[in-house]
Amino acid sequence: MGPPNRATDLLRLEEIAARLRIEIIEMLGKAGSGHPGGSLSVIDIVTCLYFSKMRHDPKRPEWPERDRFILSKGHAVPAQYAALAEAGYFPKQELGTLRKLGSRLQGHPVRNSVPGIEACTGSLGQGLSIAQGMAIASKLDGGKFHVYCVIGDGESQEGQIWEAAMSAPKYQVDTLTAILDYNHGQIDGYVDQVMPLEPVIDKWRAFNWNVLEIDGNQMAQISDALDQARNFKGKPTFIVAHTVKGKGVSFMENQIAWHGMAPNPEQTAKALAELRAAYQKRFGGTHGS
Amino acid sequence: MAAKATRDAFGEALARVGERYPNVVALDADLAKSTKSELFAKKFPGRFFEMGIAEANMIGTAAGLALSGKIPFACSFACFITGRFDQLKISIAYSQANVRLVGSHGGIAIGEDGYSQQGLEDLSVARSLPGMAVLNPADDLETEAAVEYLCTHSGPVYLRTTRQKVERINPDGYRFQFGKAVELRKGEDAVIFASGGEVHPALQAASSLADAGLKVGVINIHTLKPLDAAAVVAAARKVKLVATAEDHQIIGGLGSAVAEALAEAAVGVRLLRIGIPDTFGESGSPEDLLAKYKLDARGIAEQVGAALR
Repeated sequence: MGPPNRATDLLRLEEIAARLRIEIIEMLGKAGSGHPGGSLSVIDIVTCLYFSKMRHDPKRPEWPERDRFILSKGHAVPAQYAALAEAGYFPKQELGTLRKLGSRLQGHPVRNSVPGIEACTGSLGQGLSIAQGMAIASKLDGGKFHVYCVIGDGESQEGQIWEAAMSAPKYQVDTLTAILDYNHGQIDGYVDQVMPLEPVIDKWRAFNWNVLEIDGNQMAQISDALDQARNFKGKPTFIVAHTVKGKGVSFMENQIAWHGMAPNPEQTAKALAELRAAYQKRFGGTHGS
Repeated sequence: MAAKATRDAFGEALARVGERYPNVVALDADLAKSTKSELFAKKFPGRFFEMGIAEANMIGTAAGLALSGKIPFACSFACFITGRFDQLKISIAYSQANVRLVGSHGGIAIGEDGYSQQGLEDLSVARSLPGMAVLNPADDLETEAAVEYLCTHSGPVYLRTTRQKVERINPDGYRFQFGKAVELRKGEDAVIFASGGEVHPALQAASSLADAGLKVGVINIHTLKPLDAAAVVAAARKVKLVATAEDHQIIGGLGSAVAEALAEAAVGVRLLRIGIPDTFGESGSPEDLLAKYKLDARGIAEQVGAALR
């Protein structure tokens, strides 16, 4: 795999992620509630999936052979909505309706709301099992599609995650890649304090997964790991993606308070100014002003 | 025809429909020998998934299979599968996943294992979820026909089966009609709406009440949701007493469903709910338990007779 010009392609993905960060903040600012921390930590992974790795067609959202993406940590759905709109699944104007009465953009992912959402998630712990079922269905039909599932570190406190951790290797579900958005924060505090997850790599290795470890905010590392995962046979792959909660907005980074709090108008303006300045510095031109 | 447990009828039917419906798959949580999904597992090992004692993961996996075009039958005891309410709610119902949840060992009639293994709230739990159909077939023929039907139904379904043998109440060539009440016996004094393993005892009760000069009809409600409210209301308008009979809590199941339909239609007839009276189950032989909770023919006749006199 890999496009002829790797550097150009990575730059393209980074540019998209930088724009989607801006759209996430705009969305949450308008919504007045939601989860910026985990949306910003996961957006680089989501971008790499939708705009490089996944075989999908926004014009045919029910194409049976499409790759599937399940956001088990459903509260980060602004990241997925931004990516779906960017890909053309629905008009970008609709992003401004997030969490409003009558909007197709529900506060957590809902299947059959907007095209591209594959399952209802957000009650934590359930998405990995659903992704596993899809990945088994793929294997039954000759492995025509791959299933990607992002879980949270706080979410990993749910017992059902470990039920799926046990069963996917049993069925050698190599059509499944799970990615841990390891941003270290959850509502009540740091994961290490609320309920420690370490040693997380040892745990997933012990459960017999193919385990990779990356910086989940570095596009090159994300891209390489997703390629390795897809090509690995005989076991499901688990990618431990170290990320920064609130990545890209200085006053949100690693701050627990920004797990589930939307920015007020001033904070929104401040965050957007920062993200736009970073965008301009990196890619030139302006975006979304 | 000898009596047969509806779980046996289920297992045989599932193995049979597996031939005609290549998209049918099955999952179990270490109870395949009891739910009888093992009959499918033996015939189609590549389409059977033994998920171990992990019902939440089984339910989610079934949802994923369904959302990718398979027709999964996810099996466990009634109490365990509906005990995973959040998974039923989000992974199955909200996702509109085309899963057939099969709860065997419904009711207190499972006997000696006691309350923790008795599905006494399963119908209530399943019925509360938007879009979830709820089936409780009364005999082997009805169970087989329901399984056939479920291979083409669209949407999530909960299907309850019995551990104990139940007498056949339907004629040969019986045609199952989803959502339709089945009148088995007419009677002007009272009507008993019965479901699952309680249909046959209700018929026996009506027969013994006839000997005492009381004319009691019996209607089989195999589909609790969507309830055939029109048939329930029409039958209730003709009698002095309506009774419900179910091996389940009187809250949330058939008794509640009938009460809702009657109240909404302002029928104003007296309602007697026969079932587990908002208490826990217990150990005992099936016969002793059915007698204690007045769910056998004698107990039903006694309660309906007393209410009519």
